[in-house]
Amino acid sequence: MLDALQHLGRATLDFFERLGRGHLLLLQMLAKLPGLLLRPGLVLVQLYSVGVLTLVIILVSGMFVGMVLGLQGYNTLVDFGAEDSLGVVVALSLVRELGPVVSALLFAGRAGSALTAEIGLMKATEQLSGMEMMAVDPVQRVIAPRFLAAFLSMPLLAAIFSAVGIYGGYLVGVPLLGVDDGAFWGQMQGAVDLHDDIYNGVIKSIVFGFVAGWIALFEGYDATPTAAGVSRATTRTVVHTALAVLGLDFVLTALMFGD
Amino acid sequence: MNNRTVEIGVGLFVALGIAALFMLAMQASNLSTMSGGDGYIITAGFENVGGLKERSAVTVSGVRVGRVESIDYDHTSFEAVVSLRIDAQHDSFPVDTSASIYTSGLLGEQYVALEPGGALENLVAGDRLQLTQSALVMEQVIGQFLYSTAAGKSEQ
Repeated sequence: MLDALQHLGRATLDFFERLGRGHLLLLQMLAKLPGLLLRPGLVLVQLYSVGVLTLVIILVSGMFVGMVLGLQGYNTLVDFGAEDSLGVVVALSLVRELGPVVSALLFAGRAGSALTAEIGLMKATEQLSGMEMMAVDPVQRVIAPRFLAAFLSMPLLAAIFSAVGIYGGYLVGVPLLGVDDGAFWGQMQGAVDLHDDIYNGVIKSIVFGFVAGWIALFEGYDATPTAAGVSRATTRTVVHTALAVLGLDFVLTALMFGD
Repeated sequence: MNNRTVEIGVGLFVALGIAALFMLAMQASNLSTMSGGDGYIITAGFENVGGLKERSAVTVSGVRVGRVESIDYDHTSFEAVVSLRIDAQHDSFPVDTSASIYTSGLLGEQYVALEPGGALENLVAGDRLQLTQSALVMEQVIGQFLYSTAAGKSEQ
């Protein structure tokens, strides 16, 4: 009985300790961001490994998601004789939801897990403590550039995903299924609002980039410095980022489009 | 990894991202057709606005000339007051222009259609349209139809 109580207490305390360490790391990262202006090269290399290398999967999945939306949307809309609205369906679902959310999930799988594994291994092989010994701040040198890179790449990746997806939907809808070209773009332009839809989509992806970067780096920084610990941390990154992104997406959608 | 490759890759990535945002803004959204808040506002009172919404289209002969700015209820005349923002270049509608609420397609969105009258004076900002026709409410149409069929039968 007491043992069970002790376990419960231990688990609760562990949870809050992790939460606290996570926020401390976030504060440290944010405090170190201005210092990065002096070393833009560090961010550049991370932008390459976090952003550029994620580009291929984003382009391919964006294209396929757009094409599937085109097909499915057409099959439903044609029953109501409303296939001219295909552009609206494809563009709104991509810009508002699928673009930010799916690219954040792909980002967690492709870039977030790599970040966690990298930082976790650095910790396991005592590179981070080695840096501290040499009076180099690992948060400044290793963590903050990666955070900034994740934060910057996410909106760009989501925008690329949406744009490619819209062209994917166009390819399926217009040349293949015979939707009118003018109606596709014209109805889309009539229904998609720059402020309500596109800005809000970008805001979503910025939030997701922030959260995905934070979770990935914290899991790596906080990993148990063993092979098993790093593997657990990598799994946790993907799972927690996916949960956080989907949960936050609901909250953001309710705030933005709720009324 | 060669530093040049990294820089070219990042440059390409950022350029692509900005191009995608630009494409979304210009081609997929209403930026290209947005009036940008200029133009002038005229109002019209309707008995019933049906499913008309803010940002619905205002058309003349099927050409979009503005958008619905706001929809309010007037407690003195007991009707809905719709503010229409007309684009600045369409500034020569006669004062006896009439406004009707129509539906595009069978289940489509509702919009305001203006029909210019024959007066010599033109509408200016803040004017109120006198001739209006309310939205068609399906229940009323069906009710009238049933009533007239029943009346037709009883006469026979």
